[in-house]
Amino acid sequence: MEEQFTISIFVNNKPGVLVRIAQTFARRGYNVASLVVSAAHDPQFSRMTIVVQGSPADFDQILRQLNKLVDVVHASHHESSDSVDREMALFKVEVSAERRSEVFQVVEVFRAKTVDITERSLIIETTGNSSKIDALERLLGTMGLVEMIRTGKLIMARGAAET
Amino acid sequence: MNGAQVVVAAFEREDVDFVFGYPGGACMPIFDALVDASKLKLVLVRHEQGGTHMADGYARATGKPGVVLVTSGPGATNTVTGLLTAQMDSVPLVVVTGQTMTVNLGKDAFQEADVFGVTMPVVKHSYLVKDVNDLPRVMKEAFHLASSGRPGPVLVDIPKDVQTAGCTADFPDEVDMPGYQVQTRCAPDDLQRTADLIMNSKRPLLYVGAGAVISQAGKQVRALAEKLGAPVTTTLLGKGAFPETHELSVGMLGMHGTAYANKTVVDCDLIMAIGARWDDRITGKVSAFCPDAVKIHIDIDPAEFGKIIQPDVSLQGDASLVLADLLPLVKSLKTKPWLTQIAKWKQRHPLKYPKRGGLRAQHILDELDRLTESRGVIATDVGQHQMWAAQFCKSCRERQWLSSGGAGTMGYGLPAALGAQFGCPDDLVIAVVGDGGFQMTQFELATAAIHKLPVKILVINNSYLGMVRQWQQLFFDNRESGVGMEGNPDFVKLAEAYGIKSFRIRRAGDITRVLKKALDYNAGPVLIDAVVVKADNVFPMIPSGAPVSDMLIEEPPPTTKLEKPVGST
Repeated sequence: MEEQFTISIFVNNKPGVLVRIAQTFARRGYNVASLVVSAAHDPQFSRMTIVVQGSPADFDQILRQLNKLVDVVHASHHESSDSVDREMALFKVEVSAERRSEVFQVVEVFRAKTVDITERSLIIETTGNSSKIDALERLLGTMGLVEMIRTGKLIMARGAAET
Repeated sequence: MNGAQVVVAAFEREDVDFVFGYPGGACMPIFDALVDASKLKLVLVRHEQGGTHMADGYARATGKPGVVLVTSGPGATNTVTGLLTAQMDSVPLVVVTGQTMTVNLGKDAFQEADVFGVTMPVVKHSYLVKDVNDLPRVMKEAFHLASSGRPGPVLVDIPKDVQTAGCTADFPDEVDMPGYQVQTRCAPDDLQRTADLIMNSKRPLLYVGAGAVISQAGKQVRALAEKLGAPVTTTLLGKGAFPETHELSVGMLGMHGTAYANKTVVDCDLIMAIGARWDDRITGKVSAFCPDAVKIHIDIDPAEFGKIIQPDVSLQGDASLVLADLLPLVKSLKTKPWLTQIAKWKQRHPLKYPKRGGLRAQHILDELDRLTESRGVIATDVGQHQMWAAQFCKSCRERQWLSSGGAGTMGYGLPAALGAQFGCPDDLVIAVVGDGGFQMTQFELATAAIHKLPVKILVINNSYLGMVRQWQQLFFDNRESGVGMEGNPDFVKLAEAYGIKSFRIRRAGDITRVLKKALDYNAGPVLIDAVVVKADNVFPMIPSGAPVSDMLIEEPPPTTKLEKPVGST
């Protein structure tokens, strides 16, 4: 049975680092569900948040192999209870002028934003944890959703703990 | 200084004495800089794979990193097998590859290959250096990474314009790698827990691997074994970490290990891995491996803990230091009944071979071991001869046994022996190779001849890829497929063509006389073509993927039908 895991990785900001990390997953049959990379506060380093899917039996080994990479300063597993997680998504909905208000209602309940509007379509932006975005996707799916893109999960450890 | 001179200066700062190299367009500035290097010697090999194995043999025999210098494209990709071999067996290498000009990267320039990308899964770490001022730091880091912690190969890819650019940066005094920390000593609590478990054991076993060789932990392994009264088994690559002539030694364990080592494994109540990684050749069916024994695992690489076997205690650190810290915490155990049982197994199931019915590899290797008093540094290829050499050529000290274990690379033996001889000119170095593997790198005979290396090359020649043939016989109804080596050259004449002295053994009665003659010849390399019986099999054998207890001690009767192994290979 496969499971999803969220890993935060603090790495040297150098070419090739992402390939080494991707190979660590690919070699053991893990699929990357989402991946976010950006410069860290100190530009010598980058932070990655990676959501992967694979067998729980291999997960501990993968974390050890990630930590073994010379360019990885640390890699750690996070549960939602010990960290704040956020994702952003854009949805394009094809909707006629008469039915727009239904969509706006949903946008309001979800505290999302309309960022583009034409005669026949809307683009909606939202930020939140993954389950909120999943829920919005389900609802908009019944209202003419034609495109969706998600940034993938970002996480930060709560309190004084290091991410 | 230009980039090329920085590379050579780095070699000199790291006390490199040999560079195993093959030139080409993209590394010419470095070859040029080598002309002025008085402290190190360039060895021109005949193929980059040969050069990489040579550096590997040098590294395993001396403990110092082996250095390879090759050109871009095919020159660099020819090192890939050597990198894999070194990576699997934790051998320190620094491989410098020339690369096309920086402006041409990614444009399919002549002899361009994405070597940084191609080699990534088979190196400990790698660099593509685009700024010459990074080069002093990168070279220092490369040697540090290759030789510290769990050693391994490090590749440095240097575009030709970086080699000729002027460098203003100095070599750093220290390496600063926040992602690379080596823990050499473990927590006192874990040591105490280990000691308590050991003190409760009645049937302990020390299972010693390559990590103990790399750490030079032979002295501590011996001290622990003798203090506890515990038997010691060594892996293929752990050979020499404990003298196989010692009464507490049960020799090699695993697929072709001794029957008594494997029986000891099955019956022990505590097994302590010292720099060994529970490889599939050792464990067979993992779920059936010592299910009731306490397992202790010492390793410098924490990624080995729980990879195959979940230990009761894991001790992360350098084997010699961990053992030194553990020694004062343990006392002698009452193992007399256990040792008596093991002595019975040794007596009942010794390693043996028929001395009649044709010339046998085992007989030659047994005699070689006797004549050399187990002093030889043995480099092997891969296959039946490798297993027979492991069984019959005893190792008594670290760095005396050079063999491709993890990767199982055919063609390793001859160049590795040459590298070892370069590094240890006063040692007796013997390449034990099969007729198949030998032909994969036989071109390095030229390197041996030019440098008059007194290497003894013993070709176990059965005109077969014997190990594959053995499997076909046992598990594939003897349907031979792609294993006959018809077309073998006359190896005696081949050696002569290189100006190398050579002998042939055809009969058992000639073994001692010919071996003595070859061992006495030290003016240069010598080759012995030993024409052995065609179809012989290596036993004992644990079929791949089977539990250790399913070991076949002897050849089963020809009518026996064996299940196809469930293990992958």
